[in-house]
Amino acid sequence: MNGISSGFGAWNPIAWTLLFAGIFAVAALVRSLGRADAKRGSEQSKVFLSGNDEPSDAAGLHVRGDHLYWGLVEGLAGYYRRVQAMHTGVITDYVAWFVGVLGLVFVILVLVR
Amino acid sequence: MNALTVHAPVLLVAVPLLGAFATPLVGRFGRSARNVFVGSVILFTGALAGLMAAHVFGLGEPLVYVLGGADGFGVPLPSGMQVPVRILFEVDAMSAFMALITALVALAGTWYSFSYWRERSGGDLYHSLLLLLTAGIFGMELTGDMFNFFVFLEVTSIAACGLIGFRVWLKHSQEAGFKVMALYTLSGILVLLAVGLLYGEHGGLNIAYLASRVGGSLVDRIALGLLLTGLAMKAGAVPLHMWAPDAYGEAPAPTSAVLVANSQASLYGLFRILFTLYGATVSVGALGWILIAFALLTIAVGVTMALVQRDIKRLIAYSAVSQIGYMLLGVGVGLAVSVARPEFGRTAMHGGIFHMLNDAACIGLLFLASGAVIRASGTRDLNKMGGLAHRMGWTTGFFLIGALALAGVPPLNGFASKFLIYESSFRLSPILAVIAILASIMLLAVFVKVFQAAFLGPASREVGEASTGMLVPMAVLAVTVVILGLFPGFFIDRIVAPAASALWSGRDLYIRAILGG
Repeated sequence: MNGISSGFGAWNPIAWTLLFAGIFAVAALVRSLGRADAKRGSEQSKVFLSGNDEPSDAAGLHVRGDHLYWGLVEGLAGYYRRVQAMHTGVITDYVAWFVGVLGLVFVILVLVR
Repeated sequence: MNALTVHAPVLLVAVPLLGAFATPLVGRFGRSARNVFVGSVILFTGALAGLMAAHVFGLGEPLVYVLGGADGFGVPLPSGMQVPVRILFEVDAMSAFMALITALVALAGTWYSFSYWRERSGGDLYHSLLLLLTAGIFGMELTGDMFNFFVFLEVTSIAACGLIGFRVWLKHSQEAGFKVMALYTLSGILVLLAVGLLYGEHGGLNIAYLASRVGGSLVDRIALGLLLTGLAMKAGAVPLHMWAPDAYGEAPAPTSAVLVANSQASLYGLFRILFTLYGATVSVGALGWILIAFALLTIAVGVTMALVQRDIKRLIAYSAVSQIGYMLLGVGVGLAVSVARPEFGRTAMHGGIFHMLNDAACIGLLFLASGAVIRASGTRDLNKMGGLAHRMGWTTGFFLIGALALAGVPPLNGFASKFLIYESSFRLSPILAVIAILASIMLLAVFVKVFQAAFLGPASREVGEASTGMLVPMAVLAVTVVILGLFPGFFIDRIVAPAASALWSGRDLYIRAILGG
């Protein structure tokens, strides 16, 4: 009832959920066997292994949205330059795309019976 | 079959339509009275959609409802002349499936908006437009007539423009409303022109009648091109999607959720026209590949543009655009192989159609959660957010569920439908599956960015959790996402497979329900 089949592949979410629940249970068990003598508020709980203090400005600690994937976006700069140029925000450009696609669809539908 | 079920098709349009016009009047008795009234209308509409769907899925054939033309399909005039004036609804399993999606999203969006608009003026008109939009969407999904389809398309366009540009104190909101108005009008004109061509060619407007007459002539194919392009734009397929980030981004959060159902209604119209109206009268292979081309562009551009957005709502909007691509891919593969290799075409159709339901729940949830986030943080800029998870535990959890589901992370619902799409598209061409899977991975990266930027990090400012009135609709959608993900087989067997069959092999049944024989 809960599983699905694509004809040559199958997916049973309940079975996989139970499997992952089992894995988490084992992980929790292993964690519970670890040392329990860590002390909050001591050197042991400092953010930096070097023992440096955290910056006092909370905002400086946070990795902002733009910082993530900077390298990926730079690597795809050529692609993004073209795709972002498509999104001009000018309504006549949008209509031009529309007319172009309409023409292309007409050509395909007229040529292919 | 009780009276409510018999009249459900017309009531699903009439109740929210009359409710829309009555809302400003009821609003004069106060905000509470208005909320009770609008809530009752939308609850009643949801119950009707459920009743009708249960009946249609059990019936196994389309439900036909005719307004006017009491004796058959003509209204007798004194001269004895029969004029085919009537409004006709024809509801098969696909229409009923779409009505369920609309009911779910409209219910969540409307109830959320009661809290969302609590401190703002203009709530009467806002709720009036929301009900009008709901009525139009139901009309598009249930009608059995091409001209009425155009009329309901226009109803949704007018209501959507009003809602997108509703916050007149925001300049971007007005700009988005204007852009949407211009492009929706263009789409509507093309659909009207196509309807006119079909009427001129075949002398009728009824979908079943037209389906029995369409033979793939040049005029038929020109009409198909107009319908395909017009509806693809309203659905948000790339490169006709450019209105969508503006519209979803600038509309109030609950409106954005309901606009997803609006886009899906256009997608439904496109599928209805391709499978039922035209069927195999034009090259299904060519049409299938046109849909696949739209799908690949939509998936790739949608997800890559999402990655570079700073505005949380525009980011979700581009993600929503990319999901339209998955639906087009599933149905496009189904259409392309419907004759040559039907054994996996049906699986592709199941995936594409199931993804419509999954997408509505996930994207709806994400838009509602983003509304709570924006309200709490006072900005839409991800670079200015952070640490919201410290004090917005519920919203964080709901956003996480929606994001993981949309990215296709098992065991949530997005994975179930994408799994069917991946496997079936792989059998047509491995490159299709590779693009679809890579885009899903990239979408996960997109939401990692949002989660990191908005919810993680130190709590930089005092924020409070969203109100209960906003959390409950989010919870409803989150539970829907989880249930659909854990029991996909149940839903595919009961509602998705019948809906896919109605398109895939139900053309004759659809025609016979009206024309007999």
